Amino acid sequence: MIGRAAKHRDSALWIAAMVHRISGLALAIFLPLHFLALGLALESEARLESFLRWSDQPLVKAAEIALVFLFTVHLLGGLRILVIENFDWRDGQKQLATLAAALSAIVAFAFLVRVF
Amino acid sequence: MNVRLYLWQRATAAVMAPLVVVHIAVIFYATRHGMSAADILSRTRGSIAWAAFYGLFVFAVSIHASIGVRNVLSEWTPLNERRVDAFAVFFGLALAVLGLRAVAAVVLT
Repeated sequence: MIGRAAKHRDSALWIAAMVHRISGLALAIFLPLHFLALGLALESEARLESFLRWSDQPLVKAAEIALVFLFTVHLLGGLRILVIENFDWRDGQKQLATLAAALSAIVAFAFLVRVF
Repeated sequence: MNVRLYLWQRATAAVMAPLVVVHIAVIFYATRHGMSAADILSRTRGSIAWAAFYGLFVFAVSIHASIGVRNVLSEWTPLNERRVDAFAVFFGLALAVLGLRAVAAVVLT
């Protein structure tokens, strides 16, 4: 029974739903920090500049690349849901989900090349 | 999730889809020579267009994210519905306030 109940977790579409949820959660955690960082400009331009120079560290850049990936994958995963819910059902949902992940990886890789 | 929240979740997603595409393009553009405060602020200061764009973005994301977080808390934690709702409202309001503050910081200063 347990094996049967957990079998759906092998499905690409279950993974797509989980990736959508986890990426959304990560973005929700990041957003207040993003807003606080931009808010530094209220103190002065120099304060924002000093934060941006701190963010040049490789670890921070790596986190930014991960965020670009999560942002893109959440966008594409969300578009997939809107299409499923609002238009006629089409075959190839798994291929679409895989394409969303692949496109997100390409965007994140392009960003990696840009910032490093 | 009730029908009203479901509709808000999907409507804000539809509104944000083009905004996210533009924002990703801006991220790539802004990092073309490394990011600097002068560069960012020279684009945004006094710009009604960017204020409207990011103002709408903040409004939509505050609703979208708070409903999403509410769903996750409701399904994955033992918190009762009243606490989940209270946290979602607090989170949405905090995002709206911090987001509009950030927009003001880059447009008005």
